[in-house]
Amino acid sequence: MIRATGRWLASSIALLFAVTVLTFVLSALAPGDAAKAMLSGQTTSYTPEQYQQLRHELGIDQPLPAQYWHWLDGLLHGSLGTDLFSGQPITQALNGRLGASLSIIVGTVILSALVGVAVGVFSAVRGGLPGKLVNAVSLLGLAAPNFWLSLVLVELLAVRYAVFPATGYTAFGEDPLGWLRSLALPVIALSAGGSAFIARQTRDAMADVLSRDFIVSLRAYGLPLRSIIFKHALRNAAIPVVTLLGLLFVGLLGGTVLIETVFAIPGLGQQAVAASSTHNLPMIEGVAFYFAVIVIIVNLLVDLSYGWLNPKVRKP
Amino acid sequence: MTAITTATTDTLASVRFGRTLPRRRIRTALATHPLAAAGAFYLLALMLAAAGASVIAPADPEQQDLARALDGPSGSHWLGTDRLGRDVLSRLLFGARVTLFDVAVATVVFLAVGVPLGIAAGYRGGWLDRGVVRLADLVLAVPGIVVLLMVVAVFPGNDAATMVALGILGCPGLLRIVRGSTMAIRGELYVKAARLSGLRTPAILRRHVLPRISGPIIVQTSLFCAMALLAESGLSFLGLTRPESQGPSWGNMVGEASNAMSQDPWLLVPTGAALIATVMAFGLVGDAVRDSAMSRGATAPPLFPKRPRHQVADEARQQPGNGVVPVLSVQGLKVTIGGTTVVQDVSFDVPPGKAIGIVGESGCGKSVTARAILGLLPAGGTVTAGQVVFDGTDLTALSDKELNRVRGPGIAFISQDPASSLDPTFTIGSQLREVIRRHHPQSRHEAQRLLRLVRLPDPDAVLRRRPAELSGGMAQRVCIAMALAAKPKLLIADEPTTALDVTVQAEILALLRDLQHRLGMAVLLITHDWGVLADECERAVVMYAGEVVETAGVDQLCAQPRHPYTAALLAANPHRARTGQPLPSIPGAVPKPGEWPTGCHFQSRCPIVQPACGNGPIALTRVASGHLSRCIRTEELVKR
Repeated sequence: MIRATGRWLASSIALLFAVTVLTFVLSALAPGDAAKAMLSGQTTSYTPEQYQQLRHELGIDQPLPAQYWHWLDGLLHGSLGTDLFSGQPITQALNGRLGASLSIIVGTVILSALVGVAVGVFSAVRGGLPGKLVNAVSLLGLAAPNFWLSLVLVELLAVRYAVFPATGYTAFGEDPLGWLRSLALPVIALSAGGSAFIARQTRDAMADVLSRDFIVSLRAYGLPLRSIIFKHALRNAAIPVVTLLGLLFVGLLGGTVLIETVFAIPGLGQQAVAASSTHNLPMIEGVAFYFAVIVIIVNLLVDLSYGWLNPKVRKP
Repeated sequence: MTAITTATTDTLASVRFGRTLPRRRIRTALATHPLAAAGAFYLLALMLAAAGASVIAPADPEQQDLARALDGPSGSHWLGTDRLGRDVLSRLLFGARVTLFDVAVATVVFLAVGVPLGIAAGYRGGWLDRGVVRLADLVLAVPGIVVLLMVVAVFPGNDAATMVALGILGCPGLLRIVRGSTMAIRGELYVKAARLSGLRTPAILRRHVLPRISGPIIVQTSLFCAMALLAESGLSFLGLTRPESQGPSWGNMVGEASNAMSQDPWLLVPTGAALIATVMAFGLVGDAVRDSAMSRGATAPPLFPKRPRHQVADEARQQPGNGVVPVLSVQGLKVTIGGTTVVQDVSFDVPPGKAIGIVGESGCGKSVTARAILGLLPAGGTVTAGQVVFDGTDLTALSDKELNRVRGPGIAFISQDPASSLDPTFTIGSQLREVIRRHHPQSRHEAQRLLRLVRLPDPDAVLRRRPAELSGGMAQRVCIAMALAAKPKLLIADEPTTALDVTVQAEILALLRDLQHRLGMAVLLITHDWGVLADECERAVVMYAGEVVETAGVDQLCAQPRHPYTAALLAANPHRARTGQPLPSIPGAVPKPGEWPTGCHFQSRCPIVQPACGNGPIALTRVASGHLSRCIRTEELVKR
């Protein structure tokens, strides 16, 4: 137990380190810098002195390792720096956006798990023509680009029939029903691919488990098919499926970038796009850090679930 | 971007590719999967069209005609025009150039990084392997979108850099699969032999390793192409790469369509269709290559087919009355699996409370017969003729639901491998209690009672354990307890001791015998051990190559076999072997289903075979009271 925790800590720190160092190094390679970006945002012309002055103020005239060290030092004190343009602390800016992104991602993971597992189980148990049909539909779901699908959904369910709002996000605290309605279209758009992805994996894992010896034995003891499929087979097939749900979660961090832009949802992804086009490096650093922490937490949850799902197999 | 991760899930699938050449593999895959062939054809056509866009495009993609903006499809503009009156079809063709070029750049990087690193790690092993795998895991965990956005910020306007990053981000999955396959191949004899014979490493890799791993590489590459296409068009849609000002790409055309959406949503159709069709084409080709390597997928039979309802024969209910009515009567049973007959003309009775044995070598159809009785044939298996009459009901005529009521209280089953007959994820208590609840909802402490019945010490401790924490003997006792939970009239035991230690075998058999007498169950015992048969059973059914060849009382059968196979089997019994003599055995092997000869199935191995033996089917005939044999030379056998 202690060893496992130690290993998890070591790999988590390695990941955080790698992600933040990578972003720092990449930012150092960038033509131009934050000072230039800020100055050109404020005035049309500026003197080299002004430029150097700002560089010094921002601390970006120091060598890269020193900058990184400074950033790490801030991190240990709970600060990720401040937004270059608004002056707002990064943590504050991102915490305010976390809710929207997590709502979309968690909603998509839940919907994809429900639809994907149901469809995958059905196709594994029934096989034949329904199985082929599920296969074809799932391929379509995987192939439709989510940004394109969102546009189609907006056209159909927001413009033509005003079932859901076309854009925007309502926080849960403000209006729980409005929150659900504002999530509907982004979540559906992302879940098309997500559930197809989960369905295919569930089908393969279930087909594999259903051909194993203990299924025959359990049937011979007279257990109903319902229990065999949904209790015994599904739990045994769950490990690869849960692994994929974790990967889906991580992959959706990328998905939100597109979706939040299409639906004008103030989330982390939208912030990342804005920051990368304005050279707002502390902000990019901050988003990278948040994403890395989310990845670490999700991986931990997936690992923990293995122990519960199959105590015999600690590793997939 | 979820597709980045699909790569890893196919790891296991990809190791099993055969040694066929890659070109031939693709060809067979496409031949058996018409949809994939259509996909491949589409991709080829698309690439040609993109390459020749300047020749075949009906108009200049940038030529504006504001008077005809947002026209729907027409004769002059097959796919209509956009907001500036530009021809959509031409823009799609020129856009394909840009988009496919980007995908190609990413894919080249994907292959150039993933394949060599994977081979090196798998072939060399050691620190190189550990380092590469650690690195790949790290890249897999890095949120790819952050890196892509950074690269866009760092190299503005340099789309190739973004595609290179995309290729690198995608390659850990490929790398791990190539590494795994290379490791597997490296350990194989012919590669070792090539190494020992002095073939240099590059030559071994080129001649022996690369052809073998090309299958998984093709699969991974096609999936990556699909993913890269989605990612590229997403970035271009956002205007981060390939902005609209630099000419059309599929991604920015969707962006353009979204701007025009409020006026006319039509533009979403051609752009979306182009993207979906191309991603699907990549996916279909990849799936087909994978399926053909695993011989799975479309052709796999359903696991739980609806049972076809037979006509219930009235005779089934009226037993030929010679005293006792058997609890189970199998008559003329014929079973096919995937169209091949594996068991035919199998008939025998099991009287109540008695033990009947089925003997024969492996592959004679003993287990299939047992599973056919329970209606639990493997996928693709069906009973095509005959009846299984249990308690006056023909089980072959029941639906699976009706049959499920017979399983447990009517007929119970224990298999030859107790370790794999229990669900590994639940505790013994949870599984046993579930079975008990199913049959006797009110019973408390029944689980403990059953475990004591099968003589397991400390039942409470056993109930808390999981299957993997039990020895083979304990697991088999648990299986017996679960089989007995519903108080069955008949217990089918399929070689219940084969997987156990010799000392445990005797205990389990003694337990079964004791339980049979105490509970008054009938037992159908499948075995290949004459000693077990003689100790446990009153009558025996000898099976050979899917048929019953002899049935008689066990004493009669051992003293005077009336079928040459039984005689040979008895002679090969290791219990009868004399010290210092080689163990007698039957020369030759059991013919496989589908390769059975006309006439007697045993003729190729029979010491007293005659030309007449191959003339036609031989009937099971009565040779003495309660003694049947499927042989035309039983008289000779008696004389010898």
